Amino acid sequence: MDLSAISPVLLLASLMVASTPILLAATGELVVERAGVLNLGVEGMMIVGAVTGFVAAVATDSPALGFVAAAAGGAALSLLFAFLTQILFTNQVASGLALTLFGLGLSALLGQGYIGVKAPVLPQIEIPGLVAIPVLGPILFRHDLMVYVSIALVAAVWLFLTRTRAGLVLRAVGENHDAAHALGYKVVRIRVLAILFGGALAGLGGAYISLVRVPQWTEGMTAGAGWIALAIVVFSSWRPWRVLVGAYLFGGVTVLQLNLQAAGIAIPVEYLSMAPYLVTIVVLVAISARRGRSAVNAPASLGKVFHGGA
Amino acid sequence: MDEPLLVVEGLTKAYPGVVANDGVSFSVARGEIHALLGENGAGKSTLVKMIYGLVRPDAGRMRLSGQDYAPSEPREARARGVAMVFQHFSLFDALSVAENVALGMEAPPPMTRLAERIRAVSEAYGLPLDPDRTVATLSAGERQRVEIIRCLLQDPRLLIMDEPTSVLTPQEVEILFETLRKLAAEGTAILYISHKLEEIRALCDAATILRRGKVVATCTPRETSAAALAELMVGAAFQAPERQPVEPGQVLLEVTKLDLPPDNPLGTSLREISLAVRAGEILGIGGVAGNGQEELVAALSGEATTAPGTVRIMGEPVGHLGPNPRRQRGLLTAPEERLGHAAAPDMTLVENTALTALARMNLARRGFIDWPRTRALAERIVRRFDVRTAGVEHAARSLSGGNLQKFVIGREILQEPRILVVNQPTWGVDAAAAAAIRQALMDLAAEGAAIVVVSQDLDELMEISDRFAALNGGRLSQSLPTRGLTVEQVGLMLGGTHGMHRPQEASHAAP
Repeated sequence: MDLSAISPVLLLASLMVASTPILLAATGELVVERAGVLNLGVEGMMIVGAVTGFVAAVATDSPALGFVAAAAGGAALSLLFAFLTQILFTNQVASGLALTLFGLGLSALLGQGYIGVKAPVLPQIEIPGLVAIPVLGPILFRHDLMVYVSIALVAAVWLFLTRTRAGLVLRAVGENHDAAHALGYKVVRIRVLAILFGGALAGLGGAYISLVRVPQWTEGMTAGAGWIALAIVVFSSWRPWRVLVGAYLFGGVTVLQLNLQAAGIAIPVEYLSMAPYLVTIVVLVAISARRGRSAVNAPASLGKVFHGGA
Repeated sequence: MDEPLLVVEGLTKAYPGVVANDGVSFSVARGEIHALLGENGAGKSTLVKMIYGLVRPDAGRMRLSGQDYAPSEPREARARGVAMVFQHFSLFDALSVAENVALGMEAPPPMTRLAERIRAVSEAYGLPLDPDRTVATLSAGERQRVEIIRCLLQDPRLLIMDEPTSVLTPQEVEILFETLRKLAAEGTAILYISHKLEEIRALCDAATILRRGKVVATCTPRETSAAALAELMVGAAFQAPERQPVEPGQVLLEVTKLDLPPDNPLGTSLREISLAVRAGEILGIGGVAGNGQEELVAALSGEATTAPGTVRIMGEPVGHLGPNPRRQRGLLTAPEERLGHAAAPDMTLVENTALTALARMNLARRGFIDWPRTRALAERIVRRFDVRTAGVEHAARSLSGGNLQKFVIGREILQEPRILVVNQPTWGVDAAAAAAIRQALMDLAAEGAAIVVVSQDLDELMEISDRFAALNGGRLSQSLPTRGLTVEQVGLMLGGTHGMHRPQEASHAAP
């Protein structure tokens, strides 16, 4: 065992990269859940985004177009979920689980023939000046565009939810859909839009795995990232900046686990792989031990079916 | 004024199986407080939903300020100066007062300006309210203020209020009436929906009475007696409940020095509650909401358990027992919240009957439910208490509030309890049904049951109970005979002056 083989700077820099897929997906799911919809299909939307993004990037030789296609792919799959739950009033939990299974199968089908193919590389952007700062420079300012986009999206979602009227309406819909309907807000329309946004971000997160992190296509390559994203939303008590903290925390555990393996530490890998989920369980228990719903902060209409007004 | 503010002509709306409104016509003048009066299911709510643009009429037309008016959505109604305060509050618990107000406005100003305006308007109309408070922490009366202020900020020409007083304390009702009179004096028309006759007689300038979807009369409520109004509303002679005095028997329910911490951070803790109820007696417990009513009912029903000796049924300590053992011993409870507490919303009436009646009515054999007998009991409840439902196989959720209330009270009464504890037995129930429920409670007492009625409706408690006690801050006052109790005495008891013998001069003494 040789812990000195782990470079803190490289560890933190790779932490940001490792966290970006779950950060994107969790930010999207946060908006969906704040609108009162529980979409458990994040994993499915991510993997579909991963494959559509990969196929498009290889076909056009442009990583940027790959990400656009991934967002479209994730949103398209989420549209199916929106149709099922918002128009046909199906159970959200069952539909979300089905969406994940369907997405895994669909992506495997679409990805046939792309196994082993190499994707075009997304260039790293070194922010001039800032990157020269010792320690912080290499950690924060030498990444690809999507890392910065994901952080900007967190800020944008925070601004949207807390400072804009549309964000207030979205929160109101998630809090009490009957009251929002009585005030004349279009509950179903708002929720469908939120679901599409969540799908697009999950798609981006998936494409980040297939185009940047790995970068190639293998079946089931998201490997539970969607479930971690769902856990992070709860972990963050539905607050955007805490999603960022949560995603980097879980990303950190993943990176640390890889580094510890490389350093030949004696703990079985499985324990480290379990860590994010154990942390989630501990946090959930800690949150709900504090009494009162305000501590948990869950949208009150989360997962409830809205049947429209008579 | 040449034309009234709102003219409604021949509005008709049919739902599958029922005509909610059938050619309804009436008009409201500027500055008039106009009552819409009718039993549950008479079509009042559907009518105002059409005026507010939530429901589209099948036929008929409306005019507002002399122009055609056919709102397709509430937004349009608000733009034309129509505002509505809902019966079940349309508020968002997790949001602040200011955010809630902003959601109800078309073009709200920035939050800081809005907060100032909320403060200004709330003070001008005597409805103090802090814009930064989270709605979840507000009392029922304060929540209603949020809704009213939300409407007032838009300078409405017509304000619709759907049963605004059903959740308010007498003091809060007085404040509300002052506000409404002030608004009317400023020229705002108010459409006031209620089935509380005395309120309408005290407040309203005109009344339109609906029965089964049709206008059956228009009158001036001040010049019409409550009995006459009730007759118009029900369509039959109205019977006020009657009480035959009974000689109280042995003590059936006794509570001694009961303490109970609240089960949620916003609850009230019970402190040293003591009471005793005899056979044939009705004990009325009054108090402003949130002073420990729910906690007391939970402690009596067995939902919250305490030390064995604190609660006794006919001398037997039961404080440590849960609801079912207490039910077997004859103590039945009908809690306040109909959907979710007293009844499971998505289960049928038959299933809901089984849920509370299994223990006492022996509806299960070796763990299997005897459905035919359960069904028969459910049907008896529906018949005896005139529960309007398409059938006992329908979900509890499908019943209107008043009908479900009749069902949950009737379900307990037909189990022939020795002791019955009810919380807000006539909340949201129309006059005729309320009278029926009260009569049933009194008949039950006459047959020798001991009854505890927890209610915020003081008139109700004065009407049916033999003794009265008040809950204040989790403490229960001594109980006094209802007969001969003056309004001042009741007020002092509600205000927390326990025992009545404490010198009152203390606070006035020495400047």
